[in-house]
Amino acid sequence: MLAHSLFFYFFSLITVFSALMVTISRNTINSVFFLILVFVSVSILFIFIGAEFLGMIMLIVYVGAVSVLFLFVVMMLNISSQTTKETKRKGFVNNIYVGLIFGVIIFFELLIALGGWKYKSDFVSLPNIDSNAEITNTHALGSVIYTDYIHLFQISGIILLVAMIGAIVLTFSKKENVKRQKYLTQIQREKATAISLVDVKIGDGVKFDD
Amino acid sequence: MIEIGLGHYLTLGAIIFSIGVLGIFLNRKNVIIILMSIELILLAVNINLVSFSVYLQDIVGQVFVIFILTVAAAEAAIGLAIIVIYYKNKGSINVETINTLKG
Repeated sequence: MLAHSLFFYFFSLITVFSALMVTISRNTINSVFFLILVFVSVSILFIFIGAEFLGMIMLIVYVGAVSVLFLFVVMMLNISSQTTKETKRKGFVNNIYVGLIFGVIIFFELLIALGGWKYKSDFVSLPNIDSNAEITNTHALGSVIYTDYIHLFQISGIILLVAMIGAIVLTFSKKENVKRQKYLTQIQREKATAISLVDVKIGDGVKFDD
Repeated sequence: MIEIGLGHYLTLGAIIFSIGVLGIFLNRKNVIIILMSIELILLAVNINLVSFSVYLQDIVGQVFVIFILTVAAAEAAIGLAIIVIYYKNKGSINVETINTLKG
């Protein structure tokens, strides 16, 4: 019980503090880093409460994909120069502190999560649970998703496909001066239009008209 | 206080939800932070679903968390694409200057 409350308060305090910092931070890059911290903390909470698969999926999807997407967009759009005029120090020296702080915090969170793994059995103690230790969380989730909820699962895949196509269509822009490969005209070329035999008279050149 | 139950997790979810809503209203700088606040709100929903699923011993809540995760990822991708093309057209994503669609 004590272990559970210690873990819960530690990670939830970090979560709430980081969520506040996401909204009130001046620099957008720092907001994205605090968002990563929120996701790491919440995924550790999920893992310790018994939803291991979802905790790992949160790490992969949110920290690995969504936050990196945010970071890419923030870097591409050059927002920090609009909002903050900071002193021009060396970039490395300027940024190493923030990076070290976030890295050390996430590292210690993971260390604490690893060290507390042996207390995990007395985290959620429910009277009506028959703790079937052979079926893991991933196994149980998979046996429900692929049978009862298979249609919803496939529809969610289609949602991702639509989102991917939509993002590509939105950001795709035709440039004027760039030559592109034309697949259809390449495929439809035939021998009659591609090759022409020319009788060249001596002393004359060959003139191609294109 | 020392006994952590369902209520504690629901309170955490409520706090994060409130911070997300607050972030949408508080933010006057750029749209990306509004998108991050929406992510926070979806995260609060996920916390509620997972804690109910664990404490009520029903796996279906976690199934729906996966679907919410999918929708959140799709929403982030589309929203960021919209932000990129808006920046390409207007040169700024300041919230106060986005007033073409006067509401």
